[in-house]
Amino acid sequence: MKALCWEGVNKLSVEQVPDPELRNDQDVIVRLIAGTTCGSDLHLIGGYIPAMRAGDVIGHEFVGEVVETGSAVRRHKVGDRVVVCSFVGCGRCWYCANDLWSLCDNTNTNPGIGQALFGYETAGIFGYSHAMGGLRGSHAEYVRVPFADYGAFKVPEGVDDTSALFVSDSVPTGWMGADLAGVKPGDVVAVWGCGAVGQMAARAAVLKGAERVIAIDRIPERLAMTERYAGAETIDYTTTDVAAELRERTGGRGPDVCIEAVGMEAHSDGPMHLYDQVKQQLRLQTDRPTAVRQAIHACRKAGTVFILGVFASAVDKFPLGAVINKGLTVRGAQMHGQRYIPMLLDRLAAGEIETAQLATHTLSLDEAPTAYDMFKEKTDGCVRAVIRPGS
Amino acid sequence: MRKLWWAVPVAVAGVTAVRRSRTGEWRQDRWLTVTVNRPPMDVGSEGMLPPPLDGLAERIDVRIRPAPGDRGTELAVRFKEPVSAASASVPARLTGQDPRQELRRALRDAKSLLEAGEVLRPDAPPTTRPTPGGRLVEVFTRRSGGEGVL
Ligand SMILES: NC(=O)c1ccc[n+]([C@@H]2O[C@H](COP(=O)([O-])OP(=O)(O)OC[C@H]3O[C@@H](n4cnc5c(N)ncnc54)[C@H](O)[C@@H]3O)[C@@H](O)[C@H]2O)c1
Ligand SMILES: [Zn+2]
Ligand SMILES: [Zn+2]
Repeated sequence: MKALCWEGVNKLSVEQVPDPELRNDQDVIVRLIAGTTCGSDLHLIGGYIPAMRAGDVIGHEFVGEVVETGSAVRRHKVGDRVVVCSFVGCGRCWYCANDLWSLCDNTNTNPGIGQALFGYETAGIFGYSHAMGGLRGSHAEYVRVPFADYGAFKVPEGVDDTSALFVSDSVPTGWMGADLAGVKPGDVVAVWGCGAVGQMAARAAVLKGAERVIAIDRIPERLAMTERYAGAETIDYTTTDVAAELRERTGGRGPDVCIEAVGMEAHSDGPMHLYDQVKQQLRLQTDRPTAVRQAIHACRKAGTVFILGVFASAVDKFPLGAVINKGLTVRGAQMHGQRYIPMLLDRLAAGEIETAQLATHTLSLDEAPTAYDMFKEKTDGCVRAVIRPGS
Repeated sequence: MRKLWWAVPVAVAGVTAVRRSRTGEWRQDRWLTVTVNRPPMDVGSEGMLPPPLDGLAERIDVRIRPAPGDRGTELAVRFKEPVSAASASVPARLTGQDPRQELRRALRDAKSLLEAGEVLRPDAPPTTRPTPGGRLVEVFTRRSGGEGVL
């Protein structure tokens, strides 16, 4: 079959690879209907995520049709249209049982690498390096889905493929940020980054009753989309002093909750950007935490900062002093999708959350490298490029 | 080599482990432990070990006790005969000669079988393109199931 492979730093190509097979009794094989580019892939394509091998198939957000089921699969049958959570959870370890699915103990096939890097390994994720599971990605004609009874969800009748697609990863990620940061009625919430993840975090904060939600980015079409579909206010950080603006809009207090949805390749115009980039290139730091620093600084005293953006290892100039002296709660997580996906599909069906607007471009699998170029450079108003292997 | 930066912390973790074991700070006879999200009676007993640990029963000591706070059962194992320094050396570990690798793997597999009913297997083949960098990753992934902090 055809698949999109990582061939080295900033090198993607469409290759022939063997078809996936059932390798465990709880697996299903899914024929791809659609997949999407994700900000997390950019970190991986750029070589910032450890343990990639040339020839690895990438992609982790997808919707498709079940074409084969393992002998122990109970909840799915051939023909089901499913959206699949990007993280794989076994459903029965302590972490899964406590709804902390991206921390599952039993789905990373290379635990030693993650343990050396982080102390303990994460769960496995599709197409996201040998450190984070060693599972093949979904930008292909077919993909194997382990523990499918827990990670694949039937898409309700009234929800179309493209809308359902984002429930794989960006919608639950954004929701988790607002949920685990404890957003409640009366809060002012600031969100850094208006990619799909930031937009969904902003929408979740609105639905959880936040008084005001303020989203921050520099790309005009993303800011406009966030205003329209999330119902948030926005700030362009290239033309506005973000900290001062947030102070002014919050009666001098600062936001109660700050959600970071930018990640390790954050952009800025200031002198710190050059410093961060040089250190990152020299591998003296692995990640650029511009938005994290700003969020910690802007947050009100005793507020909460939630980091949704992906970071791989070490950062420099982390404002620890602000964290302790202002009494902040700083938290982060990879997404516990299985915890939220059924509820989010219901909200999608009810029209409370809209996602179709994120799919600004649709391309075939052969054009997938172009899709990633557009998404990376954010050209032609690209928010997410959807890849349809069947087209 | 830009994309191989991560190999440095991973290798350092390995070398540090060996150095600690030499200084006695990290002993080769330390218990390897996992917590299984099942009650002790499901996990087994000294005479009735869960597979695949049962295959090593002659050579290992086993300790099974309830974990605090409803966290299941602590399952700990170690070789009756402590592993020699030579078998725990970096070359032995890279070539898969350290017997603790087999034990760690069996312990992890036992936990997976007890909790999830199967041991997740990676896709095969893992990749279709052999490159020097890829081969290095392969060395790490081949040993990874038997290494780590257990
Ligand atoms: N925690 C999780 O489980 C999880 C899941 C999915 C994605 N992610 C991560 O979330 C992040 C966002 O993903 P995405 O798909 O929305 O990516 P994206 O690249 O589409 O969006 C990132 C946005 O951040 C903006 N940005 C850059 N620097 C900024 C700054 N200094 N201040 C404010 N905005 C800035 C960019 O203009 C862009 O619009 C990535 O790091 C991704 O890896 C995490
Ligand atoms: Zn993603
Ligand atoms: Zn689990």
